[in-house]
Amino acid sequence: MSEVSLKQAAALRDRLSREAEAGGYHLNPDVEFTEDLASGLLVNEDRYGYRVCPCRLASGKKEADLDIICPCDYRDADLGQYGQCYCALYVSGEVLRGERQTRSIPERRPPVEVRERKAAGRGASGPAGALPTTVWRCRVCGYLCARDEPPEVCPICKAGKERFERFM
Amino acid sequence: MKKNNHDGTGENGVMLYALSTCGWCRKTKTLLGELGVGFNHVDVDLISGAERKRIMDEVKRWNPDCTFPTLVIGNQKCIVGYQEAEIRKALGK
Repeated sequence: MSEVSLKQAAALRDRLSREAEAGGYHLNPDVEFTEDLASGLLVNEDRYGYRVCPCRLASGKKEADLDIICPCDYRDADLGQYGQCYCALYVSGEVLRGERQTRSIPERRPPVEVRERKAAGRGASGPAGALPTTVWRCRVCGYLCARDEPPEVCPICKAGKERFERFM
Repeated sequence: MKKNNHDGTGENGVMLYALSTCGWCRKTKTLLGELGVGFNHVDVDLISGAERKRIMDEVKRWNPDCTFPTLVIGNQKCIVGYQEAEIRKALGK
């Protein structure tokens, strides 16, 4: 990982931590571990053009990797069930307070065949009906907003516009 | 420690399929090093094309979810994820 300096990784870790706290999330307090993950995110950004989860194998095609761009679509469900996300960059309050340990957890991301099927049928996933405005849902954190277009960046979890789906 | 043998048997029969950027893979490499276990490993994110496909076919045979780290011991036991106690036990350490 020679192309990413420790200083860059530390700076990214600090920024992600500030953003996480501002949105009600927490970064793993193990600084060495998370700096390595931040370094992996920067390596992936150099390699693919976007920050894929360092613990998952990217296809290199952005459309197919959208769900594993950090923060991934599976973070919040894993935080709820395991107190951490898959790579353990993000943790729950319990882990932060030292009441629960991080570990290797099972992969929640569906297998590629299931993802491809779902992508083919992508559209409104919520109840249908005539509404004056489209409702958009952030696939990362569930934030909902009623407007013509999704916001450029999710105001809650900072995921990009392309991570929103039409909800209603 | 660079890949040098992909047959899953390797030195002492320990083969690790990993990602170069992954924290849990790094912990697994460190543990195997600390235990003094000779092992072969391949970082799948650093290879491409036909070589990656061939290696991923191997990973899939042991771990259909194709997640990392995937550790194969003695060409018969597979441990998915960084499972310290299970790895120590399987290696008799």
